[in-house]
Amino acid sequence: MVIKTEALPCVSPEGEIPVIKTEALTKKYGRLTAVDQLNLEVKEGEIFGLLGPNGAGKTTLISMLCTILKPTSGKAWVNGFDIVKESSKVRKSIGIVFQQPSVDDLLTGRENLQMHNLLFEVPKAIRKQRIDEVLSLVNLEKRADDLVNTYSGGMRRRLELARGIMHHPRILFLDEPTLGLDPQTREHIWEYIMDLAEKECTTVMLTTHYMEEAEMLCDKVAIIDYGKIVVLDSPQALKNKIAGDVVKIKQKKPDIEKLRKLDYVMKAEEKDGLLYISIKDASKHLQDLLANTGPIELVEVRSGTLNDVFLHYTGREIREAEPEGGFWERVMKR
Amino acid sequence: MSELEGIYAVWLREAKIYVREKERLVSAVISPLLWIFAFGAGVGSTVDVIQGYSYQVFIYPGIVVMTVLFTSLFYGIYIIWDRKLDFLKEVLVAPVSRASVFAGKMLGGATDAMVQVIFLLIIGLFINIPLTPLIVIKAFLMLLLISVAMVSIGLVIGSNLQSPEGFSLVINFVMWPMFFFSGALFPTNNLPKWLAAVTYINPLTYGVDALRGIILNINKFPIVLDIAVMFLFAVIMMALGILSFRRM
Repeated sequence: MVIKTEALPCVSPEGEIPVIKTEALTKKYGRLTAVDQLNLEVKEGEIFGLLGPNGAGKTTLISMLCTILKPTSGKAWVNGFDIVKESSKVRKSIGIVFQQPSVDDLLTGRENLQMHNLLFEVPKAIRKQRIDEVLSLVNLEKRADDLVNTYSGGMRRRLELARGIMHHPRILFLDEPTLGLDPQTREHIWEYIMDLAEKECTTVMLTTHYMEEAEMLCDKVAIIDYGKIVVLDSPQALKNKIAGDVVKIKQKKPDIEKLRKLDYVMKAEEKDGLLYISIKDASKHLQDLLANTGPIELVEVRSGTLNDVFLHYTGREIREAEPEGGFWERVMKR
Repeated sequence: MSELEGIYAVWLREAKIYVREKERLVSAVISPLLWIFAFGAGVGSTVDVIQGYSYQVFIYPGIVVMTVLFTSLFYGIYIIWDRKLDFLKEVLVAPVSRASVFAGKMLGGATDAMVQVIFLLIIGLFINIPLTPLIVIKAFLMLLLISVAMVSIGLVIGSNLQSPEGFSLVINFVMWPMFFFSGALFPTNNLPKWLAAVTYINPLTYGVDALRGIILNINKFPIVLDIAVMFLFAVIMMALGILSFRRM
């Protein structure tokens, strides 16, 4: 399914205009600095991923860009509008899918969308058509007239997504868009998002806990920790730079120092009695590496993932668990 | 235009939910019935005629005002639930001014209260309240003004608090004094000085007086003063409400 487009085609296909720009953007909660002097540029039509451990400041950043939160200091522009001084214009340019479900579960799916149409000034003549379009896009036509409190978690999420894109925003913010969804629905949603960016030239900024989601979707990824951008690049470039290929070795007396001196070894670490060595090109250097390690009990080679990159920069494993607040807890409370 | 649509969108949501939650309507109608029949008839059996009316008839305008007061003030609690469950976020990020969001919510609350008013006016016909079409229209408009003021208080309190428990606590401190010191249950003519003073500074006193004037033709203050006080009070509360919504 493709949405008929009324949005402008990408002005510059490679997108030279920053659609989102921040300058030393900062948010403090008392002593805690959630977002710290952040500088960022996102180009038009880009899918931009924010990765980070819980509490890294991802949601705070998105909330500021969506004008829900006022920054403590610094500046930011969304679609060319100042987020503080021109918040109403910013709001007209954006669509948002929140981390916590925000569809009204005392209304039906269709009523939620009708309300959104009114709030976001969709012209009267095309309201009905837009609703039908997005409902079929997320496969909710049959349940559209049921109360949302009879929906499953995945259906709510899909309804939120439908609502977020219904007014054809230039920029779409997705805070954990596929959290708690089954793999099928997740892939479905990935397709919509990629379609949007490609065909409608919608700029997408998303946060995620899922590494494969970031790898699949994002043109650019920023790893955020303690409110700061630790690194920003395309997933491929990050993997090439940091992760390379990972060789796992089990050995009685490993000589890590010796391995580290090899020019193709990027990193070597011992963990739980196993040796993890990141090397540049396994197909080229594996033999030489093994020659240098001496006798081994076990060897395993895999290509590096974004997870390795993440680990490298934050020193922590990303937790693929529920984020703070607990999506399901909130749903269940109703 | 778009602001009006925003107000309409918010109001429509409130109205739909109200119609769907039957318990809200049922419970809101039962308690005033108890006041009219149990309290009014019970106390009325020991109280003589007040200014030409039986006690049950005398307190009828006060009971209607009370219903409006309770429903309107308690409506503010929904804003806390909306925020707690994040349903308000969608509205708060919409390109609609906070004043419009407030107006929509406020009208939603007033709608709740006015549905009850209609029900109570119908009951009035059966207990010898002298209602004519003109009186009904006047009473309705006056009650709408009272409701607007009271819903605004509820929304001011609700938008500044985080927990429903806190809301109930605070609202009880507002609601009961306002009700008891409004003259809804007794005439304010022969009160001790301190009590009279309290009733004078209670804005609801003027609402009760206006309604009693409209329905039973018993006025303590000129009706113009009653309306002016209520109107001014409503405007102040709405202004506070809009300010509170802007900070949300």
